[in-house]
Amino acid sequence: MTPLATIILLAAIPRIWYSLPLIAVVSLCYGATRHEHLRDVAIHSFRTCIWVLGFMAVIFMLVVFSGYWI
Amino acid sequence: MPEIVYTQSEGEPVHVNLKDQYWAAFLAWLVPGAGHLYQGRYAKGLLFMVCILSTFLAGLGLGRGRCVYATDSTGKLNYYYIGQAGAGLAALPAVVQSIKTSGGEDPFFELCERFPPKYGIPEYRFHKIDRTQEGETEADIPRSTTLKDGLMAPPAGPINPDTPDTLAMWHRDYKHMFEMGVLYTFVAGLLNLLAIYDAFCGPAIVTEAQKEELENRKKKKKGLL
Repeated sequence: MTPLATIILLAAIPRIWYSLPLIAVVSLCYGATRHEHLRDVAIHSFRTCIWVLGFMAVIFMLVVFSGYWI
Repeated sequence: MPEIVYTQSEGEPVHVNLKDQYWAAFLAWLVPGAGHLYQGRYAKGLLFMVCILSTFLAGLGLGRGRCVYATDSTGKLNYYYIGQAGAGLAALPAVVQSIKTSGGEDPFFELCERFPPKYGIPEYRFHKIDRTQEGETEADIPRSTTLKDGLMAPPAGPINPDTPDTLAMWHRDYKHMFEMGVLYTFVAGLLNLLAIYDAFCGPAIVTEAQKEELENRKKKKKGLL
């Protein structure tokens, strides 16, 4: 049986889409403070995007699986 | 401020002319990206302007124009506004609205009118009035007894202390969209702080000398030096 914590988390997935524009904007602005040329900014922000999304995915999986252990 | 030249490990050296740093930082706060445009850094200026202003306006739209307000109905500071004020001119109407409504006056740019439960069905909800459609006249419900929502205006307080206030209505009516609006506008304000820093100090580029120093430190840790 799926644990309640996991069900609640899965129900919140539609709201996670709101984070995508924020991640893109934050990555671009952060990249822009580290470089002067747009090409470098784009490369840096793409890497930052991947890092943030990867980090979120790891935390998401941890929370999902922790529902089974607790 | 003289021109700063960053020597990178790859490519051409980067020249940045910060001009008057303080003026650039002020402009960057006032209108996101304006400080960079003043310094002649057009590409980055436009990037900051588009990113920050679109995030702020998207947030304001999600919160139906209500999620940015400077004070609550009792005049207490809205702590989110500290971050939102980072977006500069775009967030300043909230201060004007707070000053306007502090004396009990109606806000500018009225979005809707609500009437307290004593005039309607006895439930915990202030009903919106559309006088043009419902034919409610001043004699039916006097304007002095209604609560008004305004663009970036503080949430009006409860007329009856036993009923929830307007802020509770907003959360109930707009659900998670209101919170998302607060988040978006707050993040936009914080991002503009990065833009202000960049306009004041220039980009935090890792120069060739800094790179070498970092590598030396790493080698020292490993015992190679």
